[in-house]
Amino acid sequence: MTAYSMDNSLGGEADVILTSHVKGFYYGPFLALRNIEMKIFKNRITAFIGPSGCGKSTLLRCFNRMNDFVKGARLEGQILFNGRNIFDASVDAVTLRRQIGMVFQKPNPFAKTIYENIAYGPRINGYKGDMDELVEQSLRRAALWDEVKDKLKKPGTSLSGGQQQRLCIARAIAVQPEVVLMDEPCSALDPISTRRIEDLMQELRDLYTIVIVTHNMQQASRVSDMTAFFNVEMREGSRTGELVEYAPTTTIFQSPQKEATQAYVGGRFG
Amino acid sequence: MGEVVWARAVLMLIRKGVDCGLTTAVTLASVIALVPLFSILLYVTYKGLGTVLTGGLSIFTELPPPPMVEGGGLGPAIVGTLIVVSIGAAISIPIGIMSAIYLSEFSAGEPIAYWIRFFTNVLAGVPSIIAGVFSFGLIVLTTKTFSAVAGGAALSVLMVPVITLATEEALRLVPQDMRQAAYGLGSTSLQTVTKVVLPTALPTIVTGITLAIARAAGETAPLIFTALFSQFYLPFDTEGPGALFNQPIASLSVLIYNFALVPFENQQKMAWAASLVLLGMVLISSIIARTATRRNM
Ligand SMILES: Nc1ncnc2c1ncn2[C@@H]1O[C@H](COP(=O)(O)OP(=O)(O)O)[C@@H](O)[C@H]1O
Ligand SMILES: [Mg+2]
Repeated sequence: MTAYSMDNSLGGEADVILTSHVKGFYYGPFLALRNIEMKIFKNRITAFIGPSGCGKSTLLRCFNRMNDFVKGARLEGQILFNGRNIFDASVDAVTLRRQIGMVFQKPNPFAKTIYENIAYGPRINGYKGDMDELVEQSLRRAALWDEVKDKLKKPGTSLSGGQQQRLCIARAIAVQPEVVLMDEPCSALDPISTRRIEDLMQELRDLYTIVIVTHNMQQASRVSDMTAFFNVEMREGSRTGELVEYAPTTTIFQSPQKEATQAYVGGRFG
Repeated sequence: MGEVVWARAVLMLIRKGVDCGLTTAVTLASVIALVPLFSILLYVTYKGLGTVLTGGLSIFTELPPPPMVEGGGLGPAIVGTLIVVSIGAAISIPIGIMSAIYLSEFSAGEPIAYWIRFFTNVLAGVPSIIAGVFSFGLIVLTTKTFSAVAGGAALSVLMVPVITLATEEALRLVPQDMRQAAYGLGSTSLQTVTKVVLPTALPTIVTGITLAIARAAGETAPLIFTALFSQFYLPFDTEGPGALFNQPIASLSVLIYNFALVPFENQQKMAWAASLVLLGMVLISSIIARTATRRNM
């Protein structure tokens, strides 16, 4: 695999895990994204920022093919995961989603116990090891173990919103994915829970590659290594999302190259 | 100034009065809605409990009494109702649940789903005696005999739409987020439905099934010319499972219907006892179903 040098705060070189060559993404006749050329680096946290409706979620959901469920959705171009086009006929979307997990905007635990919420993913994957151990490990990694170790048999929905979201993170990492996609994972949470999840992401960085969509710029600057700024452009009378600028987070926030980026991170619109 | 305050106080009083009146009205309405249930419960208990108590256990095991002979019981009718309703459930639960799964999970945008839903609603409105006619024509005439299976098939015609509609509703109540979470973890659609969506909807589905069973257990019309009636237990010892196919079978509802219309006091008493037992079976099964599924989640 090719190594790309990145002059971000972490320094050093990073492998590329995902590459987007999206020429166009359509919801029916509506062009939602065009010309997204970007690389996601392994074991880095990449933040997607931009005004709402600019296609951040859409792109994120392309990475694990969640858009397959949207009727009439269509992608032109390629997305490479570890060098392989995920839209190849030989790639199974179900297997792909086991390697690229997802945490959603609203915490969505299953109507099962805390234990079963975590065990579900490994079980459908045919996990053969010690399930108790894996559940504990996943909950520890999600910084939730101490709070729930005495009530693993309680329903996941009995937890607070912030705990539920960490449960969903634990559930996602229990299948041992390479990438975890997070779509505004803190937007439904209070500031303290938000902070806990941000700290958690820092600890998970060594184990996973994280891509997070956020409309909170402080959050992007606090947690991420790389930041991608998206914007809506009028193209042929249609509001289409484009990637304006993609660079190390410090660059985006301190010395952005594009005027639109400057305006957005400076708080002048969006 | 003082007048304004005064006017406000009056307004408040009126508002409170209306509020209070409305609360009383809706409370009263819900009490009135419960009156039939409790009066039936009380009256059936009053008329039937004596016979059940004097008969003791034998009420549940013995054969129904001939005219003017004291004693006897409801044994064959109780077992018969259990058998016929079980057959109805065995046919209708898989069909109902599977069509509901199709409608709610796999039919998005398919025109055929509209027609399935339409005909399910039509079926739900079919008079129960028509369900009997259907099974009579299909099973009794071809096998040339009344039977438990013919009765069960008639009941299943009534149960399928109830189960389908209740299950579809229950599946729709499962948040879309939960399906997304399942797919996001790498579930196939089969795993998503069987391991996430169905278990989540299960309590509501079980309630729907219980309703269908309770309704079926009380039906008389569809059984009269499909299961007919019998004074005896099915002879499983000599006939094996074939007994389900080759002869009439007793049921509580048809026993009530038969014995209520005769001029013999002992049989009339037995009809009241049967009503009480039937009511008890329906109530107990719905209570068990509800508590068993609530404990789960
Ligand atoms: N399922 C969908 N069907 C049709 N249009 C959609 C769908 N999801 C999103 N869109 C549209 O695509 C554009 C990008 O949406 P989205 O990716 O959700 O933006 P963001 O996450 O940046 O707010 C928006 O104009 C939105 O209305
Ligand atoms: Mg979004």
